[in-house]
Amino acid sequence: MVYFILKRLVQSVFVMLAVAFLAFSLFRFVGDPITQMTGVETSVADQERLRDELGLNDPFILQFGRFTGDMLQGDFGFSYRTRQPVAEMIADRIPATLELGIVALLISLFVGIPAGVYTALRPRGIATQTILMTTLVGVSIPTFVIGIMLIFIFGVQLGWLPTFGRGGTVQIGGWESSLFTVEGWRALLLPAITLGVYQLTLTMRLVRAEMMEVMRTDYIRFAMARGVPMQKLHYKHALANTMVPVITIIGLQFGGVIAFSIVTESVFQWPGMGLLFLESIRFVDIPVMGVYLVVIAFFFVLVNLIVDLLYVAIDPRLRVRDVQ
Amino acid sequence: MLTITDLAVKFPSRFGDFTAIEDVDMVIKPGEIHGLVGESGAGKSTVGAAVIGLLQSPGYIAHGSLTLGDTDLRTLTPEQAHAVRGDRISMIFQDPQTSLNPLMTIEDQLIETIQAHADVSTAAARQRAVDLLEEIGIKNAAERIKAYPHQFSGGMRQRVVIALAICTDPELIIADEPTTALDVAVQSQVLKLIQRLAKDRKIAFMLITHDIGVIAQVADRVTVMRKGRVMETGETAQVLGAPRHPYTRALMDAVPPLDYRIDRFRVPQEEGADFERSLGQKAEDWLLAGVQGAPTGLTLQNLYVRFAGPRTSLFRKPEPYVALNDVSLTVRPGSIMGLVGESGSGKSTLAKAITGLVKPSDGTMILGDEVLPGGKARDRHHPSRQLVQMVFQDPYSSLNSRHRIGAVLEEPLWFYGFVKDADQRKELAASMLALVGMQPDAIDKYPHQFSGGQRQRIAVARALLARPRFLICDEPTSALDVSIQAEILNLLKDLQAKFGLTILFISHNLTVVRQMADDTAVLRNGKIEEIGKTEDVYERPQAAYTKSLLALTPVMQRASFAVAAHD
Amino acid sequence: MIAFIKRYEGLWLFVHSPAAIVAAIVATLIILGAVFAPWLALVNPYDLASFSLFDGLLPPVWEEGANPRYLLGTDDQGRDMISSILYGARLSLVIGLSALTIAAVLGVGLGLAAGYYGGRFDAIVMRIADVQLALPAILTALLIDGIARGILPAAVQQDLRVAVLTLAIALSLWVNFARTARASTFVQMNKEYVQAAIMMGQRPSRIMFVHILPNILGPLLVIMTVDLASAILLEATLSFLGIGLPADSPSLGTLIRIGMQFLLSGEWWILWIPTLLLVALVVSINILGDFLRDVFNPRLR
Repeated sequence: MVYFILKRLVQSVFVMLAVAFLAFSLFRFVGDPITQMTGVETSVADQERLRDELGLNDPFILQFGRFTGDMLQGDFGFSYRTRQPVAEMIADRIPATLELGIVALLISLFVGIPAGVYTALRPRGIATQTILMTTLVGVSIPTFVIGIMLIFIFGVQLGWLPTFGRGGTVQIGGWESSLFTVEGWRALLLPAITLGVYQLTLTMRLVRAEMMEVMRTDYIRFAMARGVPMQKLHYKHALANTMVPVITIIGLQFGGVIAFSIVTESVFQWPGMGLLFLESIRFVDIPVMGVYLVVIAFFFVLVNLIVDLLYVAIDPRLRVRDVQ
Repeated sequence: MLTITDLAVKFPSRFGDFTAIEDVDMVIKPGEIHGLVGESGAGKSTVGAAVIGLLQSPGYIAHGSLTLGDTDLRTLTPEQAHAVRGDRISMIFQDPQTSLNPLMTIEDQLIETIQAHADVSTAAARQRAVDLLEEIGIKNAAERIKAYPHQFSGGMRQRVVIALAICTDPELIIADEPTTALDVAVQSQVLKLIQRLAKDRKIAFMLITHDIGVIAQVADRVTVMRKGRVMETGETAQVLGAPRHPYTRALMDAVPPLDYRIDRFRVPQEEGADFERSLGQKAEDWLLAGVQGAPTGLTLQNLYVRFAGPRTSLFRKPEPYVALNDVSLTVRPGSIMGLVGESGSGKSTLAKAITGLVKPSDGTMILGDEVLPGGKARDRHHPSRQLVQMVFQDPYSSLNSRHRIGAVLEEPLWFYGFVKDADQRKELAASMLALVGMQPDAIDKYPHQFSGGQRQRIAVARALLARPRFLICDEPTSALDVSIQAEILNLLKDLQAKFGLTILFISHNLTVVRQMADDTAVLRNGKIEEIGKTEDVYERPQAAYTKSLLALTPVMQRASFAVAAHD
Repeated sequence: MIAFIKRYEGLWLFVHSPAAIVAAIVATLIILGAVFAPWLALVNPYDLASFSLFDGLLPPVWEEGANPRYLLGTDDQGRDMISSILYGARLSLVIGLSALTIAAVLGVGLGLAAGYYGGRFDAIVMRIADVQLALPAILTALLIDGIARGILPAAVQQDLRVAVLTLAIALSLWVNFARTARASTFVQMNKEYVQAAIMMGQRPSRIMFVHILPNILGPLLVIMTVDLASAILLEATLSFLGIGLPADSPSLGTLIRIGMQFLLSGEWWILWIPTLLLVALVVSINILGDFLRDVFNPRLR
């Protein structure tokens, strides 16, 4: 078990290093950092001096090592566009994106899992067919179109909910949260639904597929043959076994949620990391792009480590050693 | 007690309703072990599923009646039927590895089942569970009950499955191939347990199996099924000893005996045997032209195969797993060497080592008079790749399902450069099909159009088209029904005699090896326990392990049944 | 005819699935419309001379003030909506299909080889796939687009937009193919027909492409349909975000972005007609993908 977790940890470190390398390559090879940092009036000699000072003439590996070291100490460099420290810019935006992503994920789980279970247990019902068709249409509508439709209906036609921004926010120890005001929740609702709908359909279809697979296993048929009450059979035996693969995919999806928030944030002008990333692409602001990548990968890796721990909690085959 | 009358089960399909079983009548009394025997497609599992009400969707009971005691099982609502399951009828599945919920302890699964049918406290249910486990032979049950399924071995797990099936005191248990996934030693213990439960607790068992040996050993009465219909039913001694129905008789003839060797199985009508055998002449001549000279033998000296074990710690080197441990044997040129062993004994590893799929860690392999390089050291053009051919266990996976039979058969011909001309290749492949007892027009079809036995014939044809001198048969009949097995064994015997092939015949089935092999080696945990002439090994076994294997193998001794039937 | 259909399970299921039939018809119509756009369309939306500002903002025929020449109305530039969406679908499909082809060749090749050789090669390919997974599709596509902006001189950027977009989408989709191909190859490697081929000493390339590949086409075909839908969505999304295709060569996504400007002003058709076509196309492809999944995995039926 310890070995299993250690192995995953090593893999995570590898993924992080690879993404850091990607970010570094971006920074180093896409455009010349010096020309980006300095204006046209800087002389060639000054540029060379700066290049030397910044260590850009050192061997590649050494530069990468320094880059990684700086990152570990929280030094992410400066934006080409705003000249601010990237760390600050990102940190300002993280709460907005995380709140959006987590609320969207919760929506997708709380609706997606029950719907998946229901459609798996009644595969031939009319309700199931309707739900399946609806979700198929759901995955086929681009996120931005869903956003537009929600804005059009609830923002423009009905005028119930705000169509952009975060509404009221509260500062809690440097964390700017919209979860503690009514205005904040009103502003959060449409973007969170927009972002959640796609994940919801994926979660539902996945739970359904896994559940149907589990319902066919020998141990479920055996439990059935022993007359284990249906409720227990469905929710204790089948659902628990379904969750093992489902958790993995949900872990993988969380990366998707954060990334898809780029689109949602753009539609709703939600001031999160995604919007920042879009701006940085438009202005070829390489340091911000690179750091955004690293931050996204970090969340991804973190969530997947949590998933591994959940695995161990759920599955005794990983937890309890063979005592034979 | 259980009475089945005129039962029919149908499955709707795009070709209309498919009738799985029809006209099935059966009576099982309390305490009786009623064997239900038949080959694949006989519908025996469907009978069991219909009784317990768990027919696979979209199957349905078309007509007939099922009564348990005075309850008509067909009139129950789904809720009532579910209450009957476990309480009055229970079931044991084939594979103990997959029958238990891996995420729950044995204790939870037992208590939950007991409480589902009886209004008892958790403590009382636990006590009952512990007592039950002790009763069916799990020592230290109070402790072991807290374990998860994966912490038990296969045999112990099947005991737990049985405990779960009987913990609610059912009247009837449907056991669907309960010992098929087990080794003989464990199989014999489980069968004894079933016998004891029937006797002591007066539980009626419907014992569904394809293995006539198992029926002979434990069943009181037996029903023989074929293609969804009952062929014969009666006392076990009568049905097995003096079968009345021609099908039962043919089935009995196909069962290989353990205590003597028969030259050829009596097979009523071979699949596809109704055409001119002379079509195979061309292939026969071609093969004979290629195999002139003395047959080729194989010698293994002190062969070891070690695999890296599972890594459990970062700091400790994983323990190597020794699959083959100091194996030495000689397959005499032109003879058949039988290799028997239970699962995990290393039989298949041995085949892989000889064919170069696995690299031996130590030892030498000599084919004819040339040393065989092991594993990757054997290059793609090494002559042994043609001289050594293999017939695999699973005819459903040994032929590429996307290739026509013609492509499968012609591959060795062009690959080894035997026949350059495409038309001649096709002609030869067709002739080879005839030689192995298949219609030559099979050449344009795909594997899925053939039955398991036919596919195994095709696999044999493919092996022969490489003009091999040494043939490895790795469990060639264990996926086949017993009557098909008899045909394939006959075929292999004929071919071996005709072409002077040397064969390594691997099987877990002692009776089959007895019929095929000149010499026999017994393998256990990668070590050879005993090796010698087949007759000596079977009639005068030296090793204790061989003795126990022979004693535990369920056999049908027709002579004794015949006598019993006459009494 | 009926006997013929009954022989093939896929066909049989198809004629019994109204959703799949409708989807197939819709998808076929859209694809045919896109292929024959130059012959079907009233005007060429890329050719400024073929339309006129004077015809701008005309509504569809069933609304008041429509010109019967333009069945679905025109946009602010005076472009016929039907012509725009036909050409838009054409561009979206071209990009989607090219990206899909690149992703499939790359992914299946790597996945097959990883499954066949196993060991270190497999580990390397799968670690790269892990990294790719940590950066989801849209992010990868955006990133490649951003890099292209940084590296390519401004002059060629416009010319290479389609190529960059295609590449960006392809690179974000190959992992699906690689993982599926690898997993299926692993299953096939344990099958005895592969063992037989290895034993004979056949070339690895022959074993991979002649023996294994035909046996894993089923799941790959499912991925292919689903990913075609993803590719089209991804292209639309990128174009919507304004980093895909420019307004003078509009794909469906670009048309929707342009239409957004009219969300509040009442010219609804400029936004909703391309949106409807995009959704209809993607829904049809997804329904067909679902249908194929059911055919290849009967246990989910």
